[in-house]
Amino acid sequence: MVDYAAELINVRLQRGKVTALDNISLALPYGQTTAILGASGSGKSTLIQLIIGLLTADQGTVTTLGQTLHNDNLAGIRKRIGYAVQDVALLPHFKIRENILLPARLSGWSESEQDKRLAELLQLMQLPGSVLDRYPHQLSGGQQQRAGLCRALILRPELLLLDEPFSGLDTMTRRGIHAQFLQMREKVRISTVLVTHDPEEATRLAEHIAIIRSGQLQQFGPVQWVLEQPANDYVRDLCTGLAADLV
Amino acid sequence: MLLLSCLLLRPAFADPVVIGSKTFAESYILAEAAAQLLESKGYEVQRRFGLNGTQIAFGGLENDEIQVYPEYTGTITEVILARPELKEFAEIQAALGDLGLVLLTPLGFNNAYAIAASVTSAKRYGLERISDLIDAPELRITLPHEFLNRQDGWPGLQEHYGFSRSAAGIEHSLAYEALNTDKTDIIAVYTTDGQIVQSSLVILEDDRQFFPRYLAAFLARKDVDPNVLNILDTLGGRIDDQRMREMNLEVLDSQNSYAEIATAFLRDEGLVSTSNEGPTALSNLAKNTARHLKLTAIALLLAIITGVGIAAIVYSHEKLASAFLYFTGLLQTVPSIALLALLIPLVGVGQTPAIIALFLYSLLPIARSTITALLAIPPAYRQIAAAMAMTTAQELRYVLMPLAMPYVIAGIRTAAVISIGTATLAAFIGAGGLGDPIVTGLALNDTRLILQGAIPAAVLAILTELLFGAIERSLVVPHMRSSAQAQ
Repeated sequence: MVDYAAELINVRLQRGKVTALDNISLALPYGQTTAILGASGSGKSTLIQLIIGLLTADQGTVTTLGQTLHNDNLAGIRKRIGYAVQDVALLPHFKIRENILLPARLSGWSESEQDKRLAELLQLMQLPGSVLDRYPHQLSGGQQQRAGLCRALILRPELLLLDEPFSGLDTMTRRGIHAQFLQMREKVRISTVLVTHDPEEATRLAEHIAIIRSGQLQQFGPVQWVLEQPANDYVRDLCTGLAADLV
Repeated sequence: MLLLSCLLLRPAFADPVVIGSKTFAESYILAEAAAQLLESKGYEVQRRFGLNGTQIAFGGLENDEIQVYPEYTGTITEVILARPELKEFAEIQAALGDLGLVLLTPLGFNNAYAIAASVTSAKRYGLERISDLIDAPELRITLPHEFLNRQDGWPGLQEHYGFSRSAAGIEHSLAYEALNTDKTDIIAVYTTDGQIVQSSLVILEDDRQFFPRYLAAFLARKDVDPNVLNILDTLGGRIDDQRMREMNLEVLDSQNSYAEIATAFLRDEGLVSTSNEGPTALSNLAKNTARHLKLTAIALLLAIITGVGIAAIVYSHEKLASAFLYFTGLLQTVPSIALLALLIPLVGVGQTPAIIALFLYSLLPIARSTITALLAIPPAYRQIAAAMAMTTAQELRYVLMPLAMPYVIAGIRTAAVISIGTATLAAFIGAGGLGDPIVTGLALNDTRLILQGAIPAAVLAILTELLFGAIERSLVVPHMRSSAQAQ
């Protein structure tokens, strides 16, 4: 058992001439949901890619599920992480069933294990079985997102990284998925990092919130605390009008 | 028993004798006669006919791609040796000997330029010799463009005979028509033109020996089996000018194929006794199609391996990728005949240069489509693949290949169809295939023969399209096929 799902200490990352992340220190609590909130280009997606090792920090240390990432443990740790992105990136040449089960197949699961887990996830995400034999382009945006979440969850990950997974959806669909996400979290306590540019989504879905602006951390803490005691004007402006909703 | 005696008569373990020809009727007839004669004696013969020009035919001989082909003494001294001062047969033989070549006994006819007059004009002006032109200034003279300008043509002739006369230019093949319809009095001809038989004309005697002699004879490598050379030598002196004209005319009129004409000649001369059935049209078609497919398939396979392989390596390096595409694009602009000709000094004639050329032409469509396909893959897919901890092989199999496949197949399909078309040109350098009857048909003005190559080639191209359609259907899901993306 580790204390933190992921821990960043004094992390700095340069992307070309832009400082994507500047001296960030952040410890994401295990078993809880943390939202990384920021405008586009603020560096919030960069942060999630550091955690799963798609990028490497120039300075500082990144610890994921208690381990510092290097080539030898990268594959092992990635198999304990579920990852979903805004573009969904369901492979267009595979049916939904094959898409969701791909990580399980790569891990050598038996057919019966795969079927059992698939049934669990469909129920959890409230996806009808009929979608399994369709190709991604034949699904609605909301169904695609939920299929993408199923794929991220298939290996029963300890850590779920969600990079703007709900951004492409219309408001109605997004509300529905939000509700489902909260229900899911009731059933499975899983450390989750949710990258979003939407303050409402962040405060609604997460227990902790980290606000990033131009690669710099503005404030990090429990949602309620951030709303009540914004660290600066930027955070205050961002959160205006949200406190009332929550209470 | 008969079979056994045939086997015993056959020279043991002999390599086939490779016989070449150039791209005109006379050359085909002579080469075919040599081939049939050797076959009747039990030799295996490989025909590499329709070599496009002296350079290719002679180059083939030098590189041992062919062992014998019919050539002319004038061409040997003027073009091959570039020593026009050699006049005597023995001198020419000696010069060829230094190159490891031997000229067999001349066949008996002289296919040189000559000046001819229509019978009516000849009577009217009393023309018998070229020197008779000197005193007949009112003659209408019409000459082929090439002859009009060559130093060994009209300018040299006038200088040699000491007169100056203006002349009109005309296509060689139309000159006879002009003479027959009394549009002109004097034309230049080749002395074995088949048309001479049909037209009523008088060939003027070259009384001051201006024209070099173009005696036809088989030019062979010295290292050819002496028995083969002895057999071919028996053809010496058997064809005079008139005989050659008649045989050329038969081809011209499409009465008989050159193979039939060669057979008839050999039988008339008592050189072959039994009827020597040449290959049938159907077996020719099968042989040509098989060769065509072989050339195309080998080239395509190499191009797929190289094109996809290099594309996969260079696509992520922008400069490398564009340099590679630039290079393959440059190759595409080299005309196929020129590319084939350029390859001859490097790899000789035959199938190798043809395969290399087809390979080079196939590279661009395959490499370009592969690079485009790989670059078009959204980065999110690759991130997902990495996040799933896929190995390189797994990423290739589950992500990159399926996503790139429709484009790659389309590129290979284009390359295949281009190759099928371009491969017909390979016949010009003796590589065979469906271009063989086309080249022969073009040379002999035989539409039937052209169609025997052109129709199967077109059918082959269509079948290739269908085949790749089927391959795509089996490898690519419906909504990702090129037909779906075009909509």
